[in-house]
Amino acid sequence: MSSGFAGPTLEVRGLRTHFFTRGGVVKAVDGVSFEIGKGRILGLVGESGSGKTITGFSILGLVDPPGRIVEGEIRFKGENLVGLPDDRLRAIRGDRIAMIFQDPMMTLNPVLRVDTQMIEAVRAHHPVSTKEARARARDALGRVGIPSPDERLGAYPHQFSGGMRQRVAIAIALLNNPELIIADEPTTALDVTIQGQILYEVQKLCREGGTSLIWITHDLSVVAGLADHVCVMYAGKIAESGSVDDVLDRPMHPYTKGLLGSVPSRNKRGSPLAQIPGMTPSLLNLPDGCPFAERCPRADGDCRAALPPMVEHLPGRAARCIHPHLEGRA
Amino acid sequence: MTVFMVRRLMQSVVVLLLMSVIVFLGVFAIGNPVDILISPDADQIERERAIRALGLDRPIWEQYFVFLVNAARGDLGRSFVFNEPALRLIFERMPATLELAGTAVVISLVVGIPLGLYAGLKPQAATSKGIMAGSIVGFSLPTFWQGLMFIMVFAVMLGWLPSTGRGQVGTFLGLKSSLFTRDGLAHVILPAVNLALGNTALIIRLTRAGVRETLLQDYIKFARAKGLSNRRVVGVHVFRNILIPLVTVIGLEIGGLIAFAVVTESIFAWPGMGKLIIDSINQLDRPVIVAYLMMIVLLFIAINLIVDILYSVIDPRVRLQDVKG
Repeated sequence: MSSGFAGPTLEVRGLRTHFFTRGGVVKAVDGVSFEIGKGRILGLVGESGSGKTITGFSILGLVDPPGRIVEGEIRFKGENLVGLPDDRLRAIRGDRIAMIFQDPMMTLNPVLRVDTQMIEAVRAHHPVSTKEARARARDALGRVGIPSPDERLGAYPHQFSGGMRQRVAIAIALLNNPELIIADEPTTALDVTIQGQILYEVQKLCREGGTSLIWITHDLSVVAGLADHVCVMYAGKIAESGSVDDVLDRPMHPYTKGLLGSVPSRNKRGSPLAQIPGMTPSLLNLPDGCPFAERCPRADGDCRAALPPMVEHLPGRAARCIHPHLEGRA
Repeated sequence: MTVFMVRRLMQSVVVLLLMSVIVFLGVFAIGNPVDILISPDADQIERERAIRALGLDRPIWEQYFVFLVNAARGDLGRSFVFNEPALRLIFERMPATLELAGTAVVISLVVGIPLGLYAGLKPQAATSKGIMAGSIVGFSLPTFWQGLMFIMVFAVMLGWLPSTGRGQVGTFLGLKSSLFTRDGLAHVILPAVNLALGNTALIIRLTRAGVRETLLQDYIKFARAKGLSNRRVVGVHVFRNILIPLVTVIGLEIGGLIAFAVVTESIFAWPGMGKLIIDSINQLDRPVIVAYLMMIVLLFIAINLIVDILYSVIDPRVRLQDVKG
């Protein structure tokens, strides 16, 4: 599809997306950097309100006022998307970069038939006949495992179950064979079995089509099974990044360690569940130092004095912490 | 669907019956038509004869029963005043009212929906704030005052438009209406605008509220994420969703405009049903009052039915069946 572009599919550098509200400036995304190569899967992990979703919307240029991107670069195949005129962004949206939303019950327009919603997505980008667009829609539904896609095309969203609706949404994302898909917690609202099926299919589709994927989630177990690389976000910043095995097995940042410790498991049965004390700080008025300092067992005066820089402690393993867990590592 | 329609029809008959009882008793309670209809110098024999002729000597329940039997045959009685069938009187004046109400509805839709869309899409713009302020004025002003001002400015001071009566009637495709002649159009403008103003304001506010609410939905963001043009997002995804509340209100408003255009018709001397009902009430012309109100009840029943059917067309989640409550 594209020329022989050798660099990463997407490269985000120093992205800041702020919301200018009456109460002050909410720094939803505050200096986020990451990149993702062709056919790779990046897990973007964090609690609610950590800025994961806004990062996704920023890439597509879908941040609604009063929010806007105040700084940073989003290079998609080398082209900076920040500040691109709206019609250029619109041409990329849904064609080369697609997004899947969290709640499948809300993402399809309730009063339009599925075929209408799929055909318009094809025809917005490709000058094909309605018949041809319909054929593509039918194929896409088949690819995500919807039985008898021809009949289902004529149905309305309320005639599908939640899992089926999410498949439809994924089929819409796949329609134009995008180079990058941003999936915003697409399986959170679904049963575990359906979640497994969808994860499997998405993984397969990425591997086969060379599509890059950003999987936004708060579920570490999903990331463990799916992603190659992971970025942990906290209060609008990336706390730690690295390969998925390394980050989950040997977390450096106390926040990541706390997150992993909060996952209930069979080994810890009977003992009280671990939790991170305190609450995420208000994004309206973040402390000067490390935003996690108030909840961190390792924090000291240095942590509260200034924001710790993102340091690459080991090759490909960065953490924003002055006292990282490096015990037992070279 | 069939079950739904049959049930609806049965409900309508009950509503009609109840309505007729209320109106019959209500008019009876207001006063005795004999006092108004018969000249005060008439002697006792003349009075008795008139009372007997109008059937007013019989007990109220018997009068009602006679009315019901006749009504079942499509005869709603003769006007005490004009000595003509009440229904014919109403039908004679109906076209004028329908013309006026229809024009008013078209004006309020053509003006209200675009302004509402604009105000909903750009809530911060000064124009939008102006539109919203205007809409508050629009439905706060009393119709009669508004009508008088229109007449003063456009008919008296500027002399652009005629202020009273219905213009020349033209024929087009076998239909007779004053809308088919220049003179008729000139006559309908002022009363129609006067009647439309409050509704326009209502439609602006409804449309705006619908747009504001719909824009926040995930499916709108998803539609934008698909790379659809703004035009398609607003024109199809937003618009189809705001139609649901709009249709409900517009339906009821049409009924209200036809039934209660009384004030506007009186001010502009428009020869419609509104003037007829006011005159009939003044003269306690019971058959006309009862027949008119029965017609209005039928009208509302029909409009509600049409609105319900439209729902199922607009919103696929709605299925026509009876819902309790």
